[in-house]
Amino acid sequence: MEMLQYPFDGAQVLQKKRALKKQLLQTPGLIDKKIAIVGGSTVGEIKNMLELFLLNLGIRPTFWQGEYALFYQNVVFDDGSLAAFAPDILYIHTSNHNLRLWPNPADTPTEAAEKLNDEFAYFEAVWQAAEKLGCPVVQNNFEDPLWRNFGNLDASDMRGRVHHARAMNTRMAEYASSHPGFYIHDLAYLAALHGLDAWCDISTWYAYKYCCAVEFIPALGHSLASQMGSLFGRTKKALALDLDNTLWGGVVGEVGPEGIELGSETPTGMAYAELQQYLKMLAQRGVLLNVASKNEEAAAESGFARADSPLKREDFLCFEANWGPKTHSIAQMATTLNILPDSFVFMDDNPAERELVMQELPEVTVPPVAVPEQSIALLDRAGYFEVSGLSADDIKRGEMYKQNAQRTQLEHSFGNYEDYLKSLEMTAEIVPFNPQQLERVTQLINKTNQFNLTTRRYTNTETEHCMQSDAFITLSGKLVDKFGDNGITSAIIGSIQGQTLNIDLWIMSCRVFKRHLEYAMFDALVQAAKQRGITTITGRWLPTAKNLLVKDFYATIGFTLVSETEQERVFSYNVPASYQPKNTVMKVEG
Amino acid sequence: MNPEQLLQEVQEIFRDNFDDETIVLTRQTNAEDIEDWDSLEQINLLTAIEKKYGLKFNLADVRGLQDVGDLLDLVVRLTA
Repeated sequence: MEMLQYPFDGAQVLQKKRALKKQLLQTPGLIDKKIAIVGGSTVGEIKNMLELFLLNLGIRPTFWQGEYALFYQNVVFDDGSLAAFAPDILYIHTSNHNLRLWPNPADTPTEAAEKLNDEFAYFEAVWQAAEKLGCPVVQNNFEDPLWRNFGNLDASDMRGRVHHARAMNTRMAEYASSHPGFYIHDLAYLAALHGLDAWCDISTWYAYKYCCAVEFIPALGHSLASQMGSLFGRTKKALALDLDNTLWGGVVGEVGPEGIELGSETPTGMAYAELQQYLKMLAQRGVLLNVASKNEEAAAESGFARADSPLKREDFLCFEANWGPKTHSIAQMATTLNILPDSFVFMDDNPAERELVMQELPEVTVPPVAVPEQSIALLDRAGYFEVSGLSADDIKRGEMYKQNAQRTQLEHSFGNYEDYLKSLEMTAEIVPFNPQQLERVTQLINKTNQFNLTTRRYTNTETEHCMQSDAFITLSGKLVDKFGDNGITSAIIGSIQGQTLNIDLWIMSCRVFKRHLEYAMFDALVQAAKQRGITTITGRWLPTAKNLLVKDFYATIGFTLVSETEQERVFSYNVPASYQPKNTVMKVEG
Repeated sequence: MNPEQLLQEVQEIFRDNFDDETIVLTRQTNAEDIEDWDSLEQINLLTAIEKKYGLKFNLADVRGLQDVGDLLDLVVRLTA
């Protein structure tokens, strides 16, 4: 929704919150999530703002809220109500007002160090107690204190309050990096970004016990929602980028590559160069860069051929430089990359181009690009590409998509599709979930939309439970071919009920569509089911806005449709005594 | 500032905030009269009024506000 898109007007969002909520609740396809909030200061409006921004990401939260400022008691001495709520996320809303063991000038350095240890242990007890909830835990770190008794020395002396708060943040960061499932919401950064004096409005604290000025509560809610959205797989995947006056200054088709403004010679050129460096870093962690430019292809490419251009032609997956409408270019990219238009962010300095995309492809996110020196902030602070962790797959993603383009080229040279598949020299590794791949499997479960039979989302803890319990059959599928390693791209979770196996989850990344990996997965599933004495396999298709692709999937692999309602289609499969493997094109290792 | 105009503007803020176009304010309107007007909303209303008139209420200003009349008088005093 436009009013909630960064850069939003916080005051307006606060004023219109009721109307906005009503409208957002009408959005089709919202997913439900349970969020528990415990706090160390007033939560009130923060919950409302978090709700709005989550709804804007397609997530409809239900909340459980602890008592005022009792986060420690609520978690460590849970009376059962928190655990019974079974949250999908626990948010611990704390701030530097919740640091209790501030050092003071009378302390010896040893006493100050002990205070720091005790302070950390207090919070660590909360996090350890929260582990039993089996859900991700998000906690704010600590903004700098407003007063510095020692002046500048406060930052370096053990007895300084600034030192104390920052040392706590360092310890928290260490804890987060060694405890998957624990995430820091960087309140210290937000406070610095908006200005400490303005953020920590002291009257607001005295009067209402809000840890930040009311005007910043929307920013806090937005930041939290972006982080939680990334935990639920609601982030963007790709950028469609205009070139002239978006990635460089001037029109390359007119002034040539040497005439465009880019690099250290002018202030504007520096802004464009830094934007390109920023984009390159996004690409390095898996964001897919694409060009959507009205240009001759050769002219467009020449801009990136400059020696001082941070971005090169090969940093882009789709390079749509032509005179057709950009809506067409973006639709084309979505097809080529096999992702949905709602995964795209479109950057263009031309308001007319933006308007057209907003009209024709409303799922695409379109930030209001204005001047180059603000473009990075516009992308960075909107939280589109928020990431909850970096898997090895994220780092390699661009490379994998590139290999896919090579496969497509090869495909065109074969008359027979099966011959083409065989020529890929594929090997699938299909195994029960194991601890090394758990994080990737969970990530895949939470962001796969198209080949997803049930669209059930799992936390890391739930996936781990399925891995460990005898009541489940789990399978992950990894596909390697002559062009490269696609990584883990498919997963199945089935729950055993007597002699029946219910397929709770079956997903496959769009990266490996039409490679017959689903057949190999099914072969392995049947084999595993037989070993457990299963005679019937039940599969369900639960419709969403995005998984129409697999509506009839079970029928195509030999299941019988047994019932059909608006909410689900149920299929059944009798495991035959002698099973003929469906996969004929790849080698399978188990 | 014209008292009637001020009342209309503040009424607009209330209507926006409670998403209710039927709200009609008088100087006597208080938290008992509007169902959702609780302490949380009081903060939002004050923040919106601060923003609208470019004011910053201090702690003493907002203590003991009983009704819309008190609120209007405060705005008049601070903008005078």
